[in-house]
Amino acid sequence: MTTASLLVPLPVILPLLGSGAALMLFRYPRAQRAVSVVVLVAVVAVAAVLLVVADREGPQVVWLGGWVDLGVALVADRLAALMLLVSAVVTLAVLLYSLGQGISDSDRSAPVSIYHPTFLTLVAGVSNAFLAGDLFNLFVSFEILLFASYVLLTLGGTEGRIRAGTIYVVVNVLSSMLFLVSIAAVYAAVGTLNLAQIATRLDDLPASTSLMLHLLLLVTFSIKAAVFPLSLWLPDSYPTAPAPVTAVFAGLLTKVGVYAIIRTETLLFPGGDLALLLMVVAGVSMVIGILGAIAQSDVKRLLSFTLVSHIGYMIFGIGLGTVGGYSGAIFYVAHHITIQTALFLVIGMVERQAGSTALLKLGGLARIFPLLGLLFFVGAMNLAGIPPLSGFLGKVGLFRAGLDEGGPLALTLVGLGTLVSLLTLYAVAKTWSLAFWRSPQEAHAMAQELADADAEGAEAGTRPGRRRQVRMHAASYHAGDLAQAGSILDDDSPDRDLHQRIEADGLPPRLPWLMTVPATALVAVSVALTVVAGPLYGFTGRAADDLVARTPYLEAVAEAAG
Amino acid sequence: MEVNLTLAVVAGGLVGCGAYLLLERSLTRVLAGLVLLGNGVNVAILSTGGGAGEAAFYGSAAPEDMSDPLPQAMVLTAIVITLGTVAFLLAMAHRSWQLTGHDDVQDDTEDARIRRLAVDDASSESYGLTTDGQDDDDEREEGE
Repeated sequence: MTTASLLVPLPVILPLLGSGAALMLFRYPRAQRAVSVVVLVAVVAVAAVLLVVADREGPQVVWLGGWVDLGVALVADRLAALMLLVSAVVTLAVLLYSLGQGISDSDRSAPVSIYHPTFLTLVAGVSNAFLAGDLFNLFVSFEILLFASYVLLTLGGTEGRIRAGTIYVVVNVLSSMLFLVSIAAVYAAVGTLNLAQIATRLDDLPASTSLMLHLLLLVTFSIKAAVFPLSLWLPDSYPTAPAPVTAVFAGLLTKVGVYAIIRTETLLFPGGDLALLLMVVAGVSMVIGILGAIAQSDVKRLLSFTLVSHIGYMIFGIGLGTVGGYSGAIFYVAHHITIQTALFLVIGMVERQAGSTALLKLGGLARIFPLLGLLFFVGAMNLAGIPPLSGFLGKVGLFRAGLDEGGPLALTLVGLGTLVSLLTLYAVAKTWSLAFWRSPQEAHAMAQELADADAEGAEAGTRPGRRRQVRMHAASYHAGDLAQAGSILDDDSPDRDLHQRIEADGLPPRLPWLMTVPATALVAVSVALTVVAGPLYGFTGRAADDLVARTPYLEAVAEAAG
Repeated sequence: MEVNLTLAVVAGGLVGCGAYLLLERSLTRVLAGLVLLGNGVNVAILSTGGGAGEAAFYGSAAPEDMSDPLPQAMVLTAIVITLGTVAFLLAMAHRSWQLTGHDDVQDDTEDARIRRLAVDDASSESYGLTTDGQDDDDEREEGE
């Protein structure tokens, strides 16, 4: 065991210890915050060292507790180390942002004392999932991060969050059950759960058995990664959570599923038996996701749908099964984690300043809050893939791999990918023109028109009772836009658009710097990915080489086993 | 490896009942469904360990007479996780009952919207939102 490999368990242990410490310090919010920040900074440092070590010296392996060859292995190869670093940077930014939000908010729906321990547990689960060299350990890390996510998603227990949380919890428990069934099947078939050992023993199995195991694992991870048609739970559950929680979920949790798919497709089932299936679901995810996004009138929901759509790009790269495809997919994962989180953080600031994320109520944000406008614009263009930003480079990498492969399906997907990128541009441009560009007065006039139209449309729709309406608006925005427009104009209703807010209260106070700085930093990181795209593509190429060759991973595990 | 038929049938029965209950509207029944499902899966894992045998203590029996301890350890972990999930879901069902007076799983927002649109035979709300604004702008420009 090398000294560097002693670092491997740290990204899991540090957040777990930090979580315990933060829980004990719940009476001392300052100390709690300090613990969380210090721990996450340490994780970033460890992940950076691991990235360099894994790149220079090959995969680092640790058998926990010294149970060599029998116990649980943690493996940090190039792919895992890169994922660790990106996730650590993103979680640190989100934590700082939530500090900024929490310090000045005495919001009852976001109790801060439980937030920090849970957030650190989530980080531990995510890190463990990236490092797991064992199928059951992967299951446990999924459970750790899921449990933390259940708590974070239902923070405060408001009506909207309970509704969204119910669906989220039930779907995820079901997928965990499926994962357990897959684990039982794998263990019955090969008698081990260590990934490297499974990889060497699967070749001896009959093709039908191995196909069944493959399908079981793929379906399980596709639920986590939100690949269509297993994505239907996502757009409804993410947007109701507090902004930093939505940001970290949207950025990270689905990518853990994508990571698990990459791992199983390369290490366990390298034959590409299901390449056709992967390519088809990739195409369908892209198209259905973005069509869903275009139909939305709430920015958070719109971004959740684009998330489903862009998962399709990563699955496309995996489906290609070539070094270029994996390299592009890994680059795209790194790009998408940063940009999706950054956009949700920006939208969180919009929600705080303007009181809503419904397009109906927003207007003129670019003039009133120029920094928000700039951050959203750069982030949105990056998401849509406008050259020269990293979103463009990620898509170019995937498309080039698709063209190299050259099959009719790959070419179709390249075409679809281009189309979806244009449709993403349309979706974010719609958000830009409605929420950021038109003036608040125009937005108000439009709401007036919609309300008039609703009144003229007679009592055809079943408008909910007044008491219920008020309560629903307090919780979330799912009463429908027309009813909403009516309630905005109703002077008795607490529901106001940005125009009315500014008329009544003047401009909202400036955002705390602790919110703007992390969001700006993440947007800057996503732009920096453009600058370092050359070396990063070099790195993802080497990582993809390792994955396709399989030997570096298998040899490192065997070597550590002595 | 020999498969114990009784265990397989029990696991199948439990999972079947669990899946049926999962389709119910009430969260309490969904919860009962998840418990059954979890138990069914646990039995399935247990059956992967092969036949029954001596307790797996080092030196207490010949290794070939011992039962496989690994699936048992995994089932233990799975049971603990199921317990945690059940506790959490119970809390959510209770909270839902506090807030709304029932614990029915509510419709996905998107489903509800699409159904309302279908009933009204209307186009998408955001379509209206975008084009209304456009017409408005156009008229204003023409007027000027």
